[in-house]
Amino acid sequence: MKSKAEVVIIGGGITGCGVAYNLAKKGLTDVVLVEKNYLASGATGRCGGGIRQQFTTEWNIKLAMESVKKFEKMNEELGIDIEYEQGGYLIIAVEENEVKEFKKNVKLQNKLGLDSKFISPSEAKEIVPYLNEEDILGATFCQSDGHAYPFRVVEGYAKRAEEMGVEINRFTEVKSIKKENGEIKSVMTNRGEIKTNIVVNAAGGYSREIGKMVGVKMPNKPFRHEILATERYKHILDPMIISFKYGIYFSQQRHGEIVGGIGDPDEPSSYNTKSSLKFVERFTSVLGKILPAFKNLNIVRQWAGFYDVTPDAQPILGYTEGVDTLIQANGYSGHGFMVAPKVTELIAELIVDGKTSLPIDELNLKRFEGETVGEAYVVG
Amino acid sequence: MKIVCRCEDVTEEEIIEAIDQGYTTLEELKRHLRVGTGPCQGRTCMKIIEKILAKKLGKNIDELKKTTVRPPLKPVPLYIYGDEDEE
Repeated sequence: MKSKAEVVIIGGGITGCGVAYNLAKKGLTDVVLVEKNYLASGATGRCGGGIRQQFTTEWNIKLAMESVKKFEKMNEELGIDIEYEQGGYLIIAVEENEVKEFKKNVKLQNKLGLDSKFISPSEAKEIVPYLNEEDILGATFCQSDGHAYPFRVVEGYAKRAEEMGVEINRFTEVKSIKKENGEIKSVMTNRGEIKTNIVVNAAGGYSREIGKMVGVKMPNKPFRHEILATERYKHILDPMIISFKYGIYFSQQRHGEIVGGIGDPDEPSSYNTKSSLKFVERFTSVLGKILPAFKNLNIVRQWAGFYDVTPDAQPILGYTEGVDTLIQANGYSGHGFMVAPKVTELIAELIVDGKTSLPIDELNLKRFEGETVGEAYVVG
Repeated sequence: MKIVCRCEDVTEEEIIEAIDQGYTTLEELKRHLRVGTGPCQGRTCMKIIEKILAKKLGKNIDELKKTTVRPPLKPVPLYIYGDEDEE
């Protein structure tokens, strides 16, 4: 392992590997990435792989749209098949107030150039023939939304970054960060010290622990979110289906398995990743309302990962006040995978050029000192 | 050609190639090749994969970190879980 680098990235998920790739692409290759486990062992490798652009804040919509442009070219760019499918996202409305909200949100999304639309229950049934349209009041649909296999995306970023000269160290855990007069001097790991001035905090649910190492208090909290996979079936479902009211999401992957999860409002913040029976019961009960036939599918596996949640459900990006060269790229609150292609490019721009092509000032850690307007579309 | 993971159609050659590429833990092999993610959930193949990996790394099987065992133990239809919510 190198003992000195211009930039040290903490975290080997989509964010860390994406930043490594984008830094190298911009010519900065004196970069060391450290990951305490294997690559994509955290939230990235545990997520549902959804890629959605239907958000409620202008910034999230733009960011997701820019990311989709990159996902569309990713197979070619990374030289790997990321198993990307653009079957759309069908967001079902099950309450009157949702219908009004959804229509308003579609207006904003359309204004920004997104191809989302509000559709009737019967139009939704044309897209998903197994849908129980009697229990829904309408839906929004965006064809260019979709999903990919997160592990492949990380593999692609990591391999290309390594080829360009980035050093990636798996099973390397950060123990402490040395700083003097507000300046970072080095990162101590279980495999030795790396002298550096710039650190990227891409540790997902553990980002707040990295913050603590340099005396920076962060508002992120990890929450367990459970997820399951069924056996493989023939192609029966095009879009990812979600409901914000129920907190459920599920889609069919290219290989045929249905992967989905449901959030639990009573889940306390913790580092627990155990699987529970309660989760499958809740998932099945809601799934039965939306797609009754799917209750006959065989579940083969359930697991869990963290949402790294901020008070406004938007990420924390950019410099850290007091420890300027600690660059934050965390707090994605459950939608880090889908926006990573653009976000990681912006973080690389910030480090190399000192400025970004899309403004990220509003997402600085210091926003939590005042009042904030949050993202309303969080699911799972 | 020797099929090791029958659910996901993965051969011994593919496993050895992945280890050579740097996927040197069972968890990584599982995610890279999808071995053990099908209906048998590794009950058929994982012992063989452990053997192949241990041999390649020159280690004892006991030294390898095992993959996390996840519920359910056997594939079951979802409706089995949902009945208590039925009216």
